[in-house]
Amino acid sequence: MDEYLYQRHTLVVRVTHWINVIALTVLLMSGLQIFNAHPSLYWGKSSYTESGPILVIDGGFPSWATLPSGQWLAMGRRWHFFFAWILVLNATAYLSHAIASRHVARDLAVGKTEWRTIGRSFAEHLRFHRPRGDAARQYNVLQKLSYLLVIFGVLPLIVVTGLAMSPWINSVVSGWVDVFGGRQSARTLHFVAACLLLLFVVIHVFEVIVTGFWNNLRSMITGRFRVERQQRP
Amino acid sequence: MTNDDRSRRRFLRNLCTIAGGVLVAGCDNLSSKPGFTQMLAAAERLNRTLHHVLAPRKSMAQEFGEADLSPYFRSNGTDNPDDPHYQALARNGFAEWRLRVDGLVERPAQLSLAELRAMPSRTQITRHDCVEGWSAIGKWKGVPLSEVLARVRPKSAVEYVVFHCADPMDASGTRYYESIDMEDAYHPQTILAYELNDGPLPIANGAPLRVRVERQLGYKMAKYIMRIEAVRSFAHIGGGKGGYWEDDGYEWYAGI
Repeated sequence: MDEYLYQRHTLVVRVTHWINVIALTVLLMSGLQIFNAHPSLYWGKSSYTESGPILVIDGGFPSWATLPSGQWLAMGRRWHFFFAWILVLNATAYLSHAIASRHVARDLAVGKTEWRTIGRSFAEHLRFHRPRGDAARQYNVLQKLSYLLVIFGVLPLIVVTGLAMSPWINSVVSGWVDVFGGRQSARTLHFVAACLLLLFVVIHVFEVIVTGFWNNLRSMITGRFRVERQQRP
Repeated sequence: MTNDDRSRRRFLRNLCTIAGGVLVAGCDNLSSKPGFTQMLAAAERLNRTLHHVLAPRKSMAQEFGEADLSPYFRSNGTDNPDDPHYQALARNGFAEWRLRVDGLVERPAQLSLAELRAMPSRTQITRHDCVEGWSAIGKWKGVPLSEVLARVRPKSAVEYVVFHCADPMDASGTRYYESIDMEDAYHPQTILAYELNDGPLPIANGAPLRVRVERQLGYKMAKYIMRIEAVRSFAHIGGGKGGYWEDDGYEWYAGI
């Protein structure tokens, strides 16, 4: 079969992608370390109200999932706050590039006619049907929506709810954390956002594997992606 | 299988072992490398700088209403200092307790609970955020630290205020201590609290006196205060990091 390689991902996208992989891994694991210091979640302004916690994880997360592996809150916080800066700076670099180079407008924005293909795209995903030929050069509508949701929804949410837990940042505009229902709600939303990111990563890696692991991996390292040449009748 | 295949497999296997090893053990190893942890700690200084740019000097912590009060105010860390001198003071309702205020000040003082109660007071309903992650809301009444400082007159060289506490933290008798800078010391919400939720401050929460530093985490808010010392540097006190938990690796700036 006739195939050709084309430049799928820009250098900035590739570099920021792998920095993101490292930062999110460290943030998730050090985040679980911090969570384990008080493995309960609440809704509201404080933890001690008439209503109890909304979630309790007895004993917290296992040590293989936390950074550092043993219980060490002070060190977990150091890792977390350092890599939070890496995440934010990296995301800023990515976003500036993605907007300036029209990567968002060209590759991620969902076109008017595309919305109608959601049902079909969903069915194709369930049947592990992968696009071939020129169609493989574009992201499908569900893929676009999940990227947009993560970039403009979940990631900003996790950063802002993280800041909402800082008592000093709370004082910048007194009471602003009530937007989330209070500091403990913000902590819960921070946890929920982390779960959503993990869910995204699981699905993302699954799709990377089933749609041609080496081809996808190469495209995110060298930028080059292999496509079958369209058969003309 | 050719030699090439074998060496390729060995290479891949080694690569996986190294990658996995680096991930699991590497991060734990790095956590014990002073150079690396100091690099991580650089972010904390960045946070402190950014926070001070974002929030002006006198930015106020959120204050709440009576309806938001936690039914009970959780005690963390020491809940009853294991110290004979403290226990003797407690038996007498802290009548003989005196707050020593000294260090780099013009007029060192010894203040009784009655004298502190006679000074101007501030009442505030605030949220207490523990480094562990939980929060509790309580109503505090106390004398602003600025009032006490005005009485002893800190010298111009003073950079920090150190709180020396009654509670021993380990078998060797290391006592709790904490420190804040002058910006926090003169902040209107920084009070030496002697009341919690309209009653005398319970022993579990730091009787007879604890400090409230509302824009920082709970570990800054020392309980069982015996002495306040005005200093230029805290390098010579305890482990030299400015507080009991700081000496154990927690950040001195606890605004996050």
